[in-house]
Amino acid sequence: MYKIFFLVFAFQTGVFAQAQDMTGLVMKVKAKLDQVNDYEADGNMKTDVSFIKAPIGKVKIYFKKPNKFRLKKEGGISLLPKGGVSVNMSSIIATNDFVALAAGESTVNGTSCKVVKLLPVNESSEIVLTTLYIDEPNLLVRKAITTTKENGTYEMEMNYGTFSKYGLPEKVIFSFNTKDYKLPKGITLEFDDNEKALTEAQKLKNKKGRVEITYSNYIVNKGIADAVFVK
Amino acid sequence: MLTLIQIELYKIFRRPRTYIAFGAIAALILIIQFGLKVDGKSYADFLMKDVGGTMEIDGNIINGYLICYIMLQLLLVHVPLLVALIAADMISGEANMGTLRLLLSKPYSRTELLIAKFLAATVYTIMLLIWLAILALFVSMWIFGVGDMFLMKSSYVVLISQNDVFWRYAGAFVFAALAMVTVAALGFLLSIFAENSIGPIVATMSIIVFFTILSTLNIPIFNVLKPYLFTTHLISWKEFFDLKVNDANEAIIGSIQNPQRIITSALVLLLHIVGFVGSAIFIFNKKDILS
Amino acid sequence: MQQIVQVTDLTKQFKNLTAVNQLSFSVNEGDVYGFLGQNGAGKSTSIRMMLTLIEPTKGNIEIFGMNLSKHRREILRNIGAVIEKPDVYKYLSAYDNLQLFARLSGIKPTRKLLMDQLEMVGLAQRADDKVKTFSQGMKQRLGIGIALVHNPQLIILDEPTNGLDPQGIADIRNLILHLSREMNKTVIVSSHLLSEIEQIATRVLIIDKGKKLVEGNASELLDPSQTIVELQTMDNVFALQQIKLSKWIDKLQGQRNNSIVIKLDRREIPDLHTDLASMQIQLLSLQPRHSLEDYFLQVTSGNQHVDTYTN
Repeated sequence: MYKIFFLVFAFQTGVFAQAQDMTGLVMKVKAKLDQVNDYEADGNMKTDVSFIKAPIGKVKIYFKKPNKFRLKKEGGISLLPKGGVSVNMSSIIATNDFVALAAGESTVNGTSCKVVKLLPVNESSEIVLTTLYIDEPNLLVRKAITTTKENGTYEMEMNYGTFSKYGLPEKVIFSFNTKDYKLPKGITLEFDDNEKALTEAQKLKNKKGRVEITYSNYIVNKGIADAVFVK
Repeated sequence: MLTLIQIELYKIFRRPRTYIAFGAIAALILIIQFGLKVDGKSYADFLMKDVGGTMEIDGNIINGYLICYIMLQLLLVHVPLLVALIAADMISGEANMGTLRLLLSKPYSRTELLIAKFLAATVYTIMLLIWLAILALFVSMWIFGVGDMFLMKSSYVVLISQNDVFWRYAGAFVFAALAMVTVAALGFLLSIFAENSIGPIVATMSIIVFFTILSTLNIPIFNVLKPYLFTTHLISWKEFFDLKVNDANEAIIGSIQNPQRIITSALVLLLHIVGFVGSAIFIFNKKDILS
Repeated sequence: MQQIVQVTDLTKQFKNLTAVNQLSFSVNEGDVYGFLGQNGAGKSTSIRMMLTLIEPTKGNIEIFGMNLSKHRREILRNIGAVIEKPDVYKYLSAYDNLQLFARLSGIKPTRKLLMDQLEMVGLAQRADDKVKTFSQGMKQRLGIGIALVHNPQLIILDEPTNGLDPQGIADIRNLILHLSREMNKTVIVSSHLLSEIEQIATRVLIIDKGKKLVEGNASELLDPSQTIVELQTMDNVFALQQIKLSKWIDKLQGQRNNSIVIKLDRREIPDLHTDLASMQIQLLSLQPRHSLEDYFLQVTSGNQHVDTYTN
């Protein structure tokens, strides 16, 4: 299947050699990720958004091929960038219909990476463009910038540890743009002068939103019941 | 003195009027709980409409903790009426009934009697809040379960960890008790001036409504007054539900954004209580009983 | 005989009304002290001052030989009172009310004591009924039960017969006599009706517009040898002339409101009658009354009196 796709793709492409090279690289990364049928992991989630005050929370993350993803927070409520977190590495390159373009080289946290731009072929795809920073020797995506139609641009930065052999990160940092948040005091029934709270909010304003998840205790390919993914 | 307090409590809790308040609170809370149980999802959607713009809330925000907060927000505005119903009747009601003159010709000083009466009104107020806590907090926890508490403030949202909530409610209820005792003290003071209970009850509510409106208005000229209005401080229980964040914008578990505000408000309210009750004692001791 | 109440120079000034004006009187142990006056004469204000409900503007009250303002607690513990209407807690039963006020009066009542008390005022059958179902008379009896429950030395009943039917009035009268004679209590009873007082009082105080009009022993004020006769004649000037020339001159008190007033023994009236006829005095009316009634009439008719009486 992949081979047929690959051949068709190769003939169609203008910048033949380079494209083949990049597509090959992406496919290698994808193949590495494809080793994982499912995983679950514990995590610590830190939300850093100007208008959100949330403590670091314990989460459990579940994934199952092809694109089942679930983040369960202890205590039940998690605040996530809209459509963002489910855009994990596997789902970004789950689709096969893409055009890969080389876009030079760069370093992410001291690791030199190949920069690859992925353009989905499918017009109706939610993802408009993904830029991957791939650590070629280790076949690891160090950074991904995804532009979506509905939910803006997300940046994911990944650090790897013991589970790098599966392409599973130890830490993921999502960055995204946030809109302003404001509710009339009449609705929130506050009648104190919120001078202090405002300066606090001011201080945090104009910052990009960040969600950081630190993974631990990966359990890979041990099977997960579908019920876990039902909300 | 203990006898006096016992007798005053006995009088309060033998009156049918006393139970109106308990019944009203129970009815309101149970209706809200029923509504949320049946149709909580759409209420939650309504709540989250705004924050949904950029962020997504995953999980069920409608749990016992949030519901208790919503109910406190709604009810604590109206509980003063229920408190005034008894507190503003403590003296005026006896004057109206004609029992005051007999009561005051008994071998207790007026100061003792007033203190006993005020303590009895305080006990009633606290029991009302305990009742409120049982229904709004414990019953909600039982019906809806517990979880993280998600709150929307006017300029930010707060997510409080599940195991960081309960002590805040303990604090909030203690504070609310103090706030309601302040209302009781005001009603109590007004009750010494009248010979029927309607006047002081209406007067107490009018003062609270009037000041609350001043407290709510966001007009600069009134903002100067706000710190001096006791109504501004009545709702400081909410401060328990705001977290401090560190430099990395992580909310610190177990922290309160403005603990100083709670302390200040508590002191302001305490001063009001002392002022109201003190004035009541001072004035009442000089008063000729003509009822 | 011990003095139970000693009131000196008592004055209460409300804004522009002197309700009680330099009132002095004393009540002795065992007295049934009748406190007479019209409505608004200052009876209630005086009684309220004796119960510390109203602060006197001036004057001194001593009860049981102690200053009231200094020994309020000891004194009040020994007083039982019904002040105007016998209002109690309507949402409580008679028994509960009695128990509540007994405790307020500083005793720990047993059920037996409370039931005995209710029995005494005839409410034992209705002990557990809420007071709001009671008639005025029953409330009055409960009020008296409450006044007596802690066995006080001094009982103050302010207008205890207000709103009662004749039977109720008689019941209260008998109760007061019982308290005084059998239980040796001192009772102060106020009323605006002479008839209520004259049958039971041992001493009487009449006040008018806050001032003492007369205070005296009932035996003297009701003494037939001190009967007051008011004469109305066709020609008072002539009549006075004639009387002044007669043996009745010593008994002549003077003249008021077109009447000639003579104080005499009731048994002398026929004699007076005969003499008046022989003196050619054309008599329109001859009205004898004992002096208490006479004083009281002056109050109720609002007339100024010409003479000052002594007793």
